[in-house]
Amino acid sequence: MDRKEEILRISGVNVRKCMRCGKCSGTCPSYDEMEFHPHQFVYMVESGDIEPLLNSDSLYKCLSCFACVERCPRGVEPAKVVEAVRLAAVRQKGNNHLKAENVPELLDDETPQQLLVSAFRKFTK
Amino acid sequence: MHRIGVFVCHCGTNIAATVDVKAVAEAMKQEPGVVFSVEYQYMCSEGGQTMIQEAINEHKLTGVVVCSCSPRMHEATFRKAASKAGINPYMVEIANIREQCSWIHKDIMTATEKAVILARTAVAKVQLNAPLVAGESPVTKRALVIGGGIAGMQTALDIAEAGFEVDIVEKQPTIGGKMTQIDKTFPTLDCASCILTPKMVDCAQNEKIHIYAYSEVDEINGFVGNFTAKIRKKARYVDTTKCTGCGVCTEKCPQKKVPNEFNLGLDTRRAIYIPFAQAVPKVATIDADYCTMLKSGKCGVCSKVCTAGAIDYKQQDEIIEQQYGAIVAATGYNPIKIDNYDEFAYSQSKDVITSLELERLMNAAGPSSGTLIRPSYLDRQDDHKAHPKTIVFVQCVGSRSDDGCGKPYCSKICCMYTAKHAMLIREKYPDTDVYVFYIDVRTPGKLFDEFYRRAVEQYGVHYIKGMVGKVAPQPDGTLDVQASDLIANKQLHINADLVVLATAIEPDKTARSVATMLRASMDTNDFFTEAHAKLRPVESPTAGVFLSGVCQGPKDIPETVSQASAAAAKVIGLLAKDKLTGNPCVAQPNELMCNGCSSCEKVCPYGAITYSDKEFMQYDRSMAVRRVASVNEAVCQGCGACTVACPSGAMDLKGFSNKQIMAEVDAICK
Repeated sequence: MDRKEEILRISGVNVRKCMRCGKCSGTCPSYDEMEFHPHQFVYMVESGDIEPLLNSDSLYKCLSCFACVERCPRGVEPAKVVEAVRLAAVRQKGNNHLKAENVPELLDDETPQQLLVSAFRKFTK
Repeated sequence: MHRIGVFVCHCGTNIAATVDVKAVAEAMKQEPGVVFSVEYQYMCSEGGQTMIQEAINEHKLTGVVVCSCSPRMHEATFRKAASKAGINPYMVEIANIREQCSWIHKDIMTATEKAVILARTAVAKVQLNAPLVAGESPVTKRALVIGGGIAGMQTALDIAEAGFEVDIVEKQPTIGGKMTQIDKTFPTLDCASCILTPKMVDCAQNEKIHIYAYSEVDEINGFVGNFTAKIRKKARYVDTTKCTGCGVCTEKCPQKKVPNEFNLGLDTRRAIYIPFAQAVPKVATIDADYCTMLKSGKCGVCSKVCTAGAIDYKQQDEIIEQQYGAIVAATGYNPIKIDNYDEFAYSQSKDVITSLELERLMNAAGPSSGTLIRPSYLDRQDDHKAHPKTIVFVQCVGSRSDDGCGKPYCSKICCMYTAKHAMLIREKYPDTDVYVFYIDVRTPGKLFDEFYRRAVEQYGVHYIKGMVGKVAPQPDGTLDVQASDLIANKQLHINADLVVLATAIEPDKTARSVATMLRASMDTNDFFTEAHAKLRPVESPTAGVFLSGVCQGPKDIPETVSQASAAAAKVIGLLAKDKLTGNPCVAQPNELMCNGCSSCEKVCPYGAITYSDKEFMQYDRSMAVRRVASVNEAVCQGCGACTVACPSGAMDLKGFSNKQIMAEVDAICK
């Protein structure tokens, strides 16, 4: 299946409902951390410009706080699009998002080790 | 058997591209009673109509079937053409092979098959048609206008100008409507009061106009030309014939803590009040919810200070019954409640206001006497922080939204009034920074876009393409406005002193009950529906009911006034007639079959059915009295509810009799 179609199917979002008001990006608490912002996720998925999103750190900067979903006046639900792109990235075959040798540097006192274990499972092929 | 002619229309390619019109005409020649069948490019054209008339004469036709567009479109056209050729107009039937056939099908084979069936059905019906003659009813030469805002006032003034009596019913204590609260009007920036109050005075002084202010319509019965309305004049507890409007009572009343709705609760008024200085009628009203005399019997200050003796604590609501020929709905609008939009902090901060509240804050007669003050500083206006230095406007709050809190439509007026507000503020307070967050700037209208560009280019208003996501009140009393700037692809934080929300507008809450009383239809947003979106925009589909102003859809003042005058023209056209020709397709009871059960009377929405006792001859030639239904043909609208309700099949609708309907069903199933 086409990558765009896959993301649309996973998210269940109708990106055509977007009226380009930018309220999602106006409300996003992680905005400054992101290379691509919530409204760009919606727009780029709609125009099939998926590769840059898959390769961007922005995917993991989204907090899934759903503020954008709550406040979108058109019911577009941008956070679901971000989550769908995230899943599409995970499902890409042969992609290791977390390598064993990178784990030690992520260890600190505050991060629960279970988190790293589950992340290692989820993001490693 | 009737001699029937069938006329199949191509409607250019509208029908002919999907339906084999020649085959339809050919097939009809085989139908019983059809003596002539033909197809033509445009049946509604003069050539087409002449063709029908010539065929009627040449082939001695007694019935006509036109296979064309919806009967709503051209039934009247073809009936008129047929009656000119000497046959009864109700001997014409339309087979709708456009809307119900060619427009919804793609395949020529199936569409043609369906068109043949529809045509055959109409032929079967015409065989059972009988000539019908419409009755006439008189017209009461008086109009009722529900709502006394600028729309209702303009309609009333125009109707009165033509010499007819008009009553305005306004639920507020004064006429004038929303425009009384507005400070300046776009795109000319003239003062709203200065152009409105003379019109209010004109209404009051016009001998043909009668104003029922502080009144509501309780009940409406009847039909076009002959409506009866019950108007409830709510008790003001003030004798309006004695009150001089001097205002002494409104200064002496000890109950000072009543939220002043005219200033949208930004200040307070007394329990006895006159909404504003130019109110029409300028008489005091006691607010029964707050008056201590009415609540506990202790006070009576207003009565003591009133030198005219106008105070009457025992006043009751008064019901007035009046006849009307036409009714105009001009029920207006209100800004929506925005409490559900938590992100804008409207209920958390006094300094987040709606645009209508800003109008009051900028108005010389408002709570701050026209000086722009942050509402949180209204009680300490001399404070150096009272004047807002940074103002953020948020457009489309609740408009164009699909989120369940707002409205799906564009409220139409917000772009222009926001440009007006921004411009006026920059003009009066050049030290103020003004930001406008917009999704689109919509300025169709004469001199409208020029006006908006002036705000940007001449007045330096910062227009930012993007939406505000969040307004957070800060400990120092300012507001952190978090928003996106889509063009710069940035998220902004603006430290604002005042945030103004361009709130969506919605029809007044009373509109639905008015529509129910008028039996006028509404859309899903509670705007009145017009009879035709393009060609009959000021008429309701209910005969004799007309639409004026925002009750039909969002409008600015110039558009409202145009529509108000258009509605008046339609009313005048109706009232100028002495008699109205009715619809002959009315219900007809068969007294021999009627068992007097009252089922039809109960379902009739028009009150057209009554029962009476009549003497009938029995089988044994003896006489017996039975209770039977009779229909007032002038009141019956031909809806057919009674024909369905009647358990003994005694009720029939002329032109749509049970026999005719069954013949149609048979023809379809053949």
